[in-house]
Amino acid sequence: MPDRYVLAVDQGTTSTRSLVFDRGGRMVAVRQREHRQHFPRPGWVEHDPMEIWANTRWTADQVLADVGAAGGVVALGIANQRETTVVWDRATGRPVLRALVWQDTRTAELVSELCARPDAGLVPERSGMAIAGYFSGPRLRWILEHVPRARERAERGELLFGTMETWLIWNLTGGPEGGRHVTDVTNASRTLLMDVRSCRWDPDLLAFFGIPAAMLPEIRPSVGMLGTATALAQPLPITGALGDQQAALFGQACFAPGEAKCTYGTGSFLLQNTGTELVRTRSGSISTVAYQLAGEPVRYALEGSVAVAGALVQWLRDGLGLIGTAPEVETLARTVADNGGCYVVPAFSGLLAPHWRGEARGLVAGLTSYVTKGHLARAVLEATGWQTRDVVRAMAADSGLSLPALRVDGGMTTNNLLMQFIADALDTPVVRPMVGETVSLGAAYAAGLAVGVWSDVEALRRNWHRAAQWTPSPETTRALTAEYPRWERAVQLSIAWGAP
Amino acid sequence: MPGTVQSVERAAAILHVVAGTRGALGVTDIAEAVGLAKTTTHGLLRTLLHVGFVEQDRETGRYTVGPGLRRLGSPLDVNEVRSRASNWADALAARSGHTVRLATLAGEEEVVVVHHVFRPDDSAQELEVGVALPARTTGLGKVLLAHSPEPRAARNAPDGRATELAEVRARGWAAERGEHEPGRGCIAAPVRGPGGPVVAALGVSGPVTSLFDGRGAPRGLLLGMVTDAAAAVSRELGYGGA
Repeated sequence: MPDRYVLAVDQGTTSTRSLVFDRGGRMVAVRQREHRQHFPRPGWVEHDPMEIWANTRWTADQVLADVGAAGGVVALGIANQRETTVVWDRATGRPVLRALVWQDTRTAELVSELCARPDAGLVPERSGMAIAGYFSGPRLRWILEHVPRARERAERGELLFGTMETWLIWNLTGGPEGGRHVTDVTNASRTLLMDVRSCRWDPDLLAFFGIPAAMLPEIRPSVGMLGTATALAQPLPITGALGDQQAALFGQACFAPGEAKCTYGTGSFLLQNTGTELVRTRSGSISTVAYQLAGEPVRYALEGSVAVAGALVQWLRDGLGLIGTAPEVETLARTVADNGGCYVVPAFSGLLAPHWRGEARGLVAGLTSYVTKGHLARAVLEATGWQTRDVVRAMAADSGLSLPALRVDGGMTTNNLLMQFIADALDTPVVRPMVGETVSLGAAYAAGLAVGVWSDVEALRRNWHRAAQWTPSPETTRALTAEYPRWERAVQLSIAWGAP
Repeated sequence: MPGTVQSVERAAAILHVVAGTRGALGVTDIAEAVGLAKTTTHGLLRTLLHVGFVEQDRETGRYTVGPGLRRLGSPLDVNEVRSRASNWADALAARSGHTVRLATLAGEEEVVVVHHVFRPDDSAQELEVGVALPARTTGLGKVLLAHSPEPRAARNAPDGRATELAEVRARGWAAERGEHEPGRGCIAAPVRGPGGPVVAALGVSGPVTSLFDGRGAPRGLLLGMVTDAAAAVSRELGYGGA
C-alpha cells in the first residue's frame, strides 16, 4: 500500500503554515508565509482575511507540489488562531473590515457594560466562560455596532460570521459559489454564544449579545467531514478542524482525563483533558471543549491561558536590549545561581488565568543593588514557571485530577533552565515530545483519523515519543514551595498597582 | 610588499556606510556614498550578503548590518545553537531511531553536550545536557578536535590520532567504535557557523553493532542522515549565506 499523508494548515497569529505529515506523525514538508499585523490604534490588532486566505492557498498548493502528485495526500486538517473574528459578505466574499485579532482590546468598554447587566450571570452559566474581551462574541457585537448597516444586513443573511477556520473552510470549499459555512465545536465554544453542554448556538446568549442567528456557521465535530477543498490544486476532503491550543492537546496525544499539555510561545497555554465531564470552575481556570469525534460525545478540558511568557523574554531583548537573541536569556540567567530576591510579574496588559485581573500592571519586585542583569534574566524565566504553577494549582482545585506529567511544546522548550524550573516548581515531570509541531500535528491527526489514516486515538498515542524529560529534584521543589508565597505577594502587588 | 586589494577596500567602505547609518539603505544610496557604480556596488553587496555581513529586507530590498558582522569575534551562544538545531535534531532522532547529541568543545580535552534528544523508544533515559565527555575518544570530540583552530597539539600528536583527525577533516565525519565505552559508538558530523568555522558537532549514538556493519562502515542511510542534519543546522545558523 502506498504511503498516505495528511496536510495540516496551521493558521497562526503571525503566519500561515502548511505541513505534510506521514503515518508515523513525522513532518515531511512545510511551507510558511507571514502576514501583516495592523495596529490602527493603541490596543487594536487586525489581520487582513484576504491576505490570510491567499497565504493559506499558496502554502497549501506549494507543499502539495513539494510532496508531488504521487505523494498520496488524502485529507486536510486546520488549526487556527482562536477567537479572531471575521465578518464577510456572502455574495462577494469580501470581509466588511479586517479581522479583529484575539489580542485586540477594543471591546474593553463594551465588556464592562455587558458585565454590569443584571442578566450577565447567564453567560458563564451557559457558555462555561466569563464575559471577557478575550472571546469572539464581544468582537462580533462590536463589528455589528460599528460597521454601517451591518446588523440589518446580518439579519437578512447577507453577512457571515466566522473564526479563522470558518473563513478558510468557506473559501476552500468554493467561497461565494457554494462555500460551506461551518465551524468546529472547539472554535464555537470560544465565542460565548454556544451552550457548552448541548454544543448548539444558544438563543438566550445570542439575544444577550445581540447577534443575528442567520450569520452563524453550523457547528460540527472537530473530527469528521467538513467539506471538500476544491480551491486547491488538488481537491482534498477537509476532515479536521480545531482551535490551535486544542490542536496542540490532540497533537500531544492527551486523550485521557488528567493528561495535560502546555505550549510555551508568546504566551503560555495549559490544557488538561477532563474527559466527557464538564468541570465547573471556581479557581480561575476555564472549562472549554477539547475536541469531538463525529458520533462521539464531546470531550472537555480545563484551560489556563497566560498572556505573557516568551513575550517577556522578547521584552528583555527588544525593550531592554540585555540579550541579542531570545535563547541567550538562558546564558545570561546561568551567570548567577538564583534570582537574587528579584521577581518580575509580566502583567503587561493585565493578568489572565487564574487571576483574570485586566487592571494589573507589570512590576519588578525585590530590587537591591545586589541584583544584576543575570538575576533579572532568571526572574524573567522564573515568572513563566511561577505562572504555570498558579495555573496548575487552580486546575487541580477545580478538577481534582492529578497531573501525571506535563507535556510541553513551543519555542521555550529548548530552554533547559526554564524546563527544569517548571518541573521543580510543579513537582511533576516535564516531558517534551519528538515532534515539536504539536499544533499542526493535532490538525493532521484529526483529519487523518476521520479518513482512516489512523484507526483510533490509540494509534496516535503510539506515535508520541519522548524527546526529553526534566525530573523534579526534591530539594529544589521544597525550596521553591517555601519561596512561592513571595511570588504570590508580587502578583498581589501588581494587581494593587493597576487598581484605579 | 604587494599593493592593497581593491575589492576588499571597497567592501570595507560599504560596511562603514551601512554600519554608520541608523536605518536601512538602498543600493543607490550606498553606491553614491562610496562613489562606485551601482552594478559594482550591487556585486559587492551580494558577496557581503553571502557571508552574512549585511542582510537585506525581503520587502524593501534595503540593506542593514548582518548577523555575521554583529557576532564577529564572539562565539555563537550555545543556547542559540540548541534552539536553532532543535527541529533538525528531533527529525534526526525520529528518522534514525537513535539518540542524538549536539556538543561543543570545552578546552582541548573535553566536549560538553549542549543538546540531547532521547532515543525514540520511550525507555527511561536521562537528559545529558551539560555533561562533559572526553574529546579524544568520542565521535563528537573527534569532529571538534579535527576542526579546532586552537594550538594544534592534538592534531599534531605523533600517534595515529593525527592521521585519524586528518581523515575526519577530509571526509567530513567521525566514527566512535567503543573507544569511550565498550560496545557503544557514535557517528558525528561538523556543524558550521556563519563564515565556515565549526561551532558544534552533531551525532547519533548507540550500540556499535547497530551503527556500523561488520567491516566498520556506517550502516545503511545513517551517515547521510547525520551529515544532512548537520548541514541543515549549519544553514540554519547562517553558514553558506542568506
